[in-house]
Amino acid sequence: MTEPVLSVRDLKVRFALPGRPPLRAVRGVSFDLRPGERLGLVGESGCGKSTLAMAILGLLPPTAEVSGEVRVEGRELLALDERARDTVRWTKVAMVFQGAMSSLNPVVRVEDQIVEVLSVHRVARGRAARERAGELLEQVGIPARRGRRYPHEFSGGMRQRAAIAMALACSPRVLLADEPTTALDVLAQAQILELLERLSEQLGLAVVLVSHDLGVIAQSCHRAAVMYAGEIMECSDADAVFARPRHPYARMLVRATPTLDDGEPIAAIPGAPPRLDARLDGCPFTPRCPHAFEPCRDERPSLAARGGEGAVACHLYRSAPAVAAPQRETA
Amino acid sequence: MSFDLVTRPHASLGGPASMRARALARVRRRPAALLGGLIVAGFVLVAIAAPLLTAHGPGTRVGPPFAPPSAAHPLGLDDGGVDVLSQLIWGARVSLLIGFAAAAVSMLVGGSLGLLSGYFGGVVDTVLARVIDYFLVVPVLPLMIVVAAIWGPSVLHIIVIVGLLLWTTTARVVRAQVQSVRERGYVRRAEAIGAGHARIVVRHVLPQVGPLLIANTVLTVGVAIFAETALAFLGLGDPSAASWGAMIEAAFSGSAISAGAWWAIVPPGLCVAAVIIGCSLVGVSVEDALNPRLATSHLSRRTFRLIRDADD
Repeated sequence: MTEPVLSVRDLKVRFALPGRPPLRAVRGVSFDLRPGERLGLVGESGCGKSTLAMAILGLLPPTAEVSGEVRVEGRELLALDERARDTVRWTKVAMVFQGAMSSLNPVVRVEDQIVEVLSVHRVARGRAARERAGELLEQVGIPARRGRRYPHEFSGGMRQRAAIAMALACSPRVLLADEPTTALDVLAQAQILELLERLSEQLGLAVVLVSHDLGVIAQSCHRAAVMYAGEIMECSDADAVFARPRHPYARMLVRATPTLDDGEPIAAIPGAPPRLDARLDGCPFTPRCPHAFEPCRDERPSLAARGGEGAVACHLYRSAPAVAAPQRETA
Repeated sequence: MSFDLVTRPHASLGGPASMRARALARVRRRPAALLGGLIVAGFVLVAIAAPLLTAHGPGTRVGPPFAPPSAAHPLGLDDGGVDVLSQLIWGARVSLLIGFAAAAVSMLVGGSLGLLSGYFGGVVDTVLARVIDYFLVVPVLPLMIVVAAIWGPSVLHIIVIVGLLLWTTTARVVRAQVQSVRERGYVRRAEAIGAGHARIVVRHVLPQVGPLLIANTVLTVGVAIFAETALAFLGLGDPSAASWGAMIEAAFSGSAISAGAWWAIVPPGLCVAAVIIGCSLVGVSVEDALNPRLATSHLSRRTFRLIRDADD
């Protein structure tokens, strides 16, 4: 089996707020990603998906305390100083940000913005950089000459493609895509997802796809991780997560997704996610879980792999042999 | 003129050329802007062409003191028997030079302090914002008088004094705009790709601040000319370069009023007023034209324009 290109271990993010208890946005997340693999991070708003992605790149504001391990090709990122991280960022791990329009400068030609990435990282300059920018645009399905245009002359889908081209500029090994299809119509959305799939297969690019849309993840990822209150609740084969979800939260999340096939009514999940500044001893889903029982309140279930079925963090599945369960925070 | 491409990301028709055309059209549609531009341009041309337009050099005595206007001297003579019209034209050079140079100094100081303060934030911002606030409450004119008196009168000193005391508004405006631009997605993205501060500022922040800076500087030109006139009237101007303020002062202390020689005082005063009005008209119009949001928000100085602009 190939070595993981991205390996995250027990990643925690705390936001220290003056005079208030700290917000624990991410509470011990671990996963591995191999070249060419696509992992979907799914969960409701505020569950820490984007924070996790930003933490991997080291883009969080200074108020955030990040601990744990992020290894890219075996190299620990969190320990690097700012300068070294600037180099790794974009050459090894790149990101497509939420909202493509805002990540493009409205007064700079699209091509020049890609050239900027190339010249910052000294990949290419002048004519060569321009040519490479054209190639990158072609690679994401935009005719190279359109690069001479300004972002406002692009459609939403094209802007998103341009943002992806920019992310690919330095041939990274890992691509973090934060809600890349939000605010796009279904057609453009499908095209972007197809593009990401094609790129990850052609370039052996490992992709972390952050989305709140189960359908998006199911369609284009190999594996899916369901996040809740900063933790991964269930992580396994994307098809399995959506066809046979096991964690009660995942089950309820799937049932809350509208489908066209069956006439089943959409079942909302009652209650609200826990406050992130509160101390959580047990499973964060306990108050909303219909199956909650004795140990749920006080004991944190570990994300344990069960046979070939992937991992689930729930006491209901405790009887199963725990294999390779990463260490988890208990306080 | 790359700054005229900015601030209308939602205007999705056509390329930069037509955006520029529309920015120009917006300026033209405001007769105030055109008028202001003509006034300022007229004075600048006159100042440049001074040697061609004047029959006499600056300070040349051509007749008796306070001789009334005549065919040979349309604006009469002043207390030293100097042709007022010629003197007025030579004075335009001094007044405009000081106005533009002082505005440039204030643009440089205010622009860079505002930029640093807004861009770096944190401790830098705290310190710089205090400095700006401090200068903002300093009573400018008395301080100028004191400094001018200490440094001694010379054109260079006046430029520096006026420039160094007028930058606060510019700094505050620039700081606010930079703070807002800094949080935009593409600035964050530029940081993420590892771009250095210099690159981010020059490429991503300055173009969005440029128009505001220009508009503010034009407004400052008027204020600087006014300040110089005040200083000169108080006798703190450069005696070797007679500005309009110095002309008023000379005529005043030469008792032009008791001699009934209004022609020695009124023309320079009107010139000062005209240039200041011209600069204000241009500055405010440029501000509006380049930042359409100003015209439609409560920030607008002329909200009533809304009705007329609605059918644009």
